[in-house]
Amino acid sequence: MKGQTGLIVFALMALAPLGFAPSLRGQATDWKQIQAPPLHPFHPQQPRRVELPNGMVIFLQEDHELPLVRGTARIRGGSHLEPAAKIGMVSIYGQVWRTGGTKSKTGDQLDDYLEARAAKVETSGGGDFTTVTWDCLKDNFDEVFGVFIELLREPEFREDKLPLAKNQLNTSISRRNDQPFGIAFREAAKLVYGADSPYARVPEYATVAAVTRDDLLNWHRRFVHPNNIILGVVGDFDSSQMEAKLRSAFESWPRGEAAPKLEASFKGPKPGIYFAEKGDVTASTVQMVDLGTRRDNPDYYAIDVFNEFFGGGFSSRLFSNIRSKKGLAYAVGGGIGTDFDHPAITRLFLGTQSKTTAAALDAFNAELDALKTNPPTPEELTKAKQSILNSFVFRFDSREKVLGERMTYEFYGYPADFLERYRLGVDKVTLDDVKRIADKYIHKDQFAVLVVGKAADFDRPLSSFGPVTTLDIAIPKLGGPVTHQ
Amino acid sequence: MRKHEPKWVLMYLLGLALAAPAAAQDVASFEKRITLKVLPNGLTVLICERPEAPVFSFFTHVDVGGDREYPGITGLAHMFEHMAFKGTDKIGTRDYAKEKPALVQVEQAYQAYDRERRRETGRDEEKVAQLEKAWKDAMAAAEQYVVTNQFGEIVERSGGTGLNAFTSNEETAYHYSFPSNQVELWAYLESERFLHPVFREFYKERDVVHEERRLSESQPFGRLFEQFSGAAFIAHPYGRPVLGWPSDLESFSETDAENFYKKYYVPSNMVVTLVGDVKAGEVLPIVEEYFGRLPAGPKPEPLRTVEPPQIAERTVILHETSQPIFVEGYHKPGARDKDDAVYDALQDLMSNGRTSRLYRSLVRDKKIAAFSGGFNGYPGAKYPNLFVFFAVSTPGHTPEEIRDAIHTEIDRVKKEDISDNELQMIKTRAKADLIRGLGDNEGLAFQLGTAQSLYGDWRGLFRHVDEIGQVSKADIRRVANATFVDNNRTVGMIESTQLAQAPAAGKETPQ
Repeated sequence: MKGQTGLIVFALMALAPLGFAPSLRGQATDWKQIQAPPLHPFHPQQPRRVELPNGMVIFLQEDHELPLVRGTARIRGGSHLEPAAKIGMVSIYGQVWRTGGTKSKTGDQLDDYLEARAAKVETSGGGDFTTVTWDCLKDNFDEVFGVFIELLREPEFREDKLPLAKNQLNTSISRRNDQPFGIAFREAAKLVYGADSPYARVPEYATVAAVTRDDLLNWHRRFVHPNNIILGVVGDFDSSQMEAKLRSAFESWPRGEAAPKLEASFKGPKPGIYFAEKGDVTASTVQMVDLGTRRDNPDYYAIDVFNEFFGGGFSSRLFSNIRSKKGLAYAVGGGIGTDFDHPAITRLFLGTQSKTTAAALDAFNAELDALKTNPPTPEELTKAKQSILNSFVFRFDSREKVLGERMTYEFYGYPADFLERYRLGVDKVTLDDVKRIADKYIHKDQFAVLVVGKAADFDRPLSSFGPVTTLDIAIPKLGGPVTHQ
Repeated sequence: MRKHEPKWVLMYLLGLALAAPAAAQDVASFEKRITLKVLPNGLTVLICERPEAPVFSFFTHVDVGGDREYPGITGLAHMFEHMAFKGTDKIGTRDYAKEKPALVQVEQAYQAYDRERRRETGRDEEKVAQLEKAWKDAMAAAEQYVVTNQFGEIVERSGGTGLNAFTSNEETAYHYSFPSNQVELWAYLESERFLHPVFREFYKERDVVHEERRLSESQPFGRLFEQFSGAAFIAHPYGRPVLGWPSDLESFSETDAENFYKKYYVPSNMVVTLVGDVKAGEVLPIVEEYFGRLPAGPKPEPLRTVEPPQIAERTVILHETSQPIFVEGYHKPGARDKDDAVYDALQDLMSNGRTSRLYRSLVRDKKIAAFSGGFNGYPGAKYPNLFVFFAVSTPGHTPEEIRDAIHTEIDRVKKEDISDNELQMIKTRAKADLIRGLGDNEGLAFQLGTAQSLYGDWRGLFRHVDEIGQVSKADIRRVANATFVDNNRTVGMIESTQLAQAPAAGKETPQ
C-alpha cells in the first residue's frame, strides 16, 4: 500500500524559522537564544479501512521496518455487561479462551506450537471489549494466523483450565488490600460510580465460584460475530495480499446479533470524608474524586488544556506547589477525567507520609481555592497549550500508534479525524475557556475525599475536615454474604 | 525521578537478545546507521539514525548509582538524579546573582543546624531550634529567586515527552523524547544540566525523595526486597537500598551531593545515546559543540569491594498481614562474565511464558502459584549478582510449598539435560525478542546506551546474545550445578498472619 495521505498533516507551529546549518550557528549561552527550525511536514500513513459485507471492519497498516506481523481483534462486549452474580466471568473468559485451546489443539499444545516459533496468540477480557491478538515473525504468519482463526471461530474452553483461571482471579482478590494504591483506586471508583456500577464492581470469591464453562461458551456465542469485530493488522506485509487472505478467511462468516449498548446511570459521589485503615504503611494515599465527563463533550479540548495546567506535567500547579515547593509528596497529580463512552473520574491524588496527611489535604484544598482566587494566567495557558501541541507528533510517531487510534475511534463511534479535530480544538482554547472549565467541573464541596492510611500517625484527625465515613474493605469470605449484589 | 526497576524486570520486558539474520536487524545494518564518537573530554556519543517519524529519543547513561555510596550518604545517587531537574544558573532562577549567595547561606545554616542536632552528648535543644529556624529562614530567602521546575517546563512546552530518569544500584540514566527540530535545544539543555547545575531547593527535594522511599516501604514487595537484598549481600553495595536509609535521607547535605557530582559526573563516565530522525553529520557537530564544554575528569577507579563467597544459607522472614511472597537468590557472576548468556538461557527456560518450567509446575499443575519465574541479574547486572526465583502463591498456599516446588525444578535442571525443543525455543525466542525491541526510539536508545556503558561497546547488545545461540545443554547443567547450592542461597519470604482461605476453585456451589 502506498501511504494514503494523512488525515493529519503535522506541520509544527514552530517559532521562527532558522537554518539548520551548524556551521553558521553560534553556540547559545541561553536557551532563549535557541530557535527551532520548522519541523518538516509529516504525513503519518493512515491504515486502509475495509468493511466486509458481514460487518467486520478491518484496518491494514503496512510497516516494513521489521519482519513482524501483529494483529488485534477487538470484540464488542466486556465485563461491564456481565451479570452481577458472576463478576469476574469475562476475566476468566479472557484467560480460558486461550488456555482452553481450540477444537483441534489443547491450550498446552498451542503453547508448544507457538513458543517454538517465538510467536504469541493471546486473548483477554476487558471492560468494553475482549481481544484476540497475535504477534509473529512474518515467515510464520500463515501458521500463526491459522491459530488465530481457530481460536476466534472454534475455541473449546476446556474445563480443566477453568480452575487455573479462577485461581488467578482468587489470588488477586486475596491480595487486593496489600497495596495501598490499589485500595484507593478501587474504593474511589465505588464512591464515584456506586458500588453496584459496572464501572466500580469487583470480583469476589463467590462471584468467581459461580462461573461455569457454559457461561464462557454462551458469552462466546453471544458476542463473537463478525459485525462486532474490528480487526487491525500492522507489519511487514502487502496490503492487497493481506486483504485477500482476510477476505477469504472471514467473508463467509455470517452476521450475528449485535452487542447491546450498556445502560448505566452516573450520579457522582456523596460528598464527604472517607477513610480506610491500613496499619502497615508509613505513608497515606489520598484521593479527592468526583464524576468527570466524556470526550465527545465540546468542552473536551479545554478540559485537556486545563488538566495540563493544573495537574499534568512537571510544571503543573499540583506538581510544582505540592511536590517541589512543599515537599509533601513524590507522586501527586490530577485532572478532570474523560473517557470515550462514559464519564471518567475527576481525581486529585497524592501519597504523603502519615504525619503530613492533613497538611496534604490542606494543600489540595488550597489549590482548589486558588483556582478562584488565583485563576490561570495567560502564561500558564500558553505553556499548557504549547506542551500539548508541540508534543502532538508523539500521538502518531509510529504506524502502530496510528492504527491503534483509528481502531479506538471506530470502536467508540468517533470521527476518523478525531485527532486532527483535537489539535484544532486545543489550538482554539482561550483563557476564558479554561476559567470556565474550572468553574464548571471542579467543585470543592462535591468531592469525595478518600484517605487510606494509618490513622494513629496522622498530624490531625480526619474528623477535623468533617464527618468521616469509615470504609469496610475486608474481603468477604466464600460462603459469607456477598456485598453489593 | 524514580528508583530503578530491578534489572531483570527491564531485561524481561525489553527482551535483551540477539541478532537475527534478517536484513535490518543485524550488527552489520546497525554499523551503517550508528555513529560512535568519543569526544576529547572523554564523553562517549552514540547516534543511531532511525528516520521513521520526525522525532528522536535520547538516554544519558552515567556510570554511577547506589554502588558508590557509603554509610551516611545512602540514597545520594538518586538524590542527585532529582537535582538534575532543578535547573542551572540560567534556568530556574529569577536572579542568579542574588540566588547564589542565598544558597550559600542555606548550606551554612544547614551545616550549623545539622552539627548541633546530631551532637551525641550535651545537645542544647534550644540552640537546635534556633538553628533550625535560621536554616528554614535561609531556605525561604533563597526560594524567592526560584522559578519552579523551569527545566521541565522548557522541555515540555518545546514538545518534549517522557521526561524522566532512573537510578539503580549501578547506574543513573536520564531520558526524554523531542520532535526532531529540537536537537539544538536538547544539546543545550542536556549539557547545561551537567555543566552548570544549581542545587536549589535541595532540602525540599530531599523530602520528596524520602516520600519516594515511603511509597516503597508501604508495599509488601518493597519491604521484602529491601530485607532480602540486605541479607544476600553482606559486603557489596548491592545490599543497600538505592532509595537510601531514612537516617541518611534526613542528614546528607547539599555539599555531599556536590562532592558526589564532581567525582562521578565526569564525561569519561558518561554515554549519550541519540536515536531517531537525526543525521549524524548534522547532529554530531552540535553535540560536540555543547557537550565538548564539559570539563574532562578522570574516570573513577573501579569499585574495590567484591562480595565474598557465601558460606552460609541465609533466610529473612517477614511476618505480615499481607499475603505470602517467596523469593530466593543465588550468587553468580556479573553480566560481563562469559557465562552470562547461559544464565539468560536459564532464565528463559524457567520463566518465559506458559511453556516455562516454573509456570508448568507451580502454576499449571500444582496450582500453588499465580506467578513464578527465575531471573538473571538481581539487583543489578554489572557486578556479580543474584539469580533469583520468585513466586506469588495462590490463596491458602504457603511459601514453604512454593520453595519445595521450586527446588524440585532446580534439581531437575541440575540432574537432567534440557530437551532439544527447549534449547531450540530459547534460541529462537532470543532472536525474535531482539527484533521486537528495535522498533522504538526510546527502547533502542536505552538498549544501545546500556550495552555501550556495560560492555564498552554497543555491539555487546548483539554479541552477548550471539552467545545465547552457542549455549549447550551441558553449559546449562554445569552452571546450574555450580550456582544452585544450599550455602549459596538467600531466602526471603512474607509469611502471612492472615493467610487467605483457599476457595475451592472450580466448585460451583460454595460450602
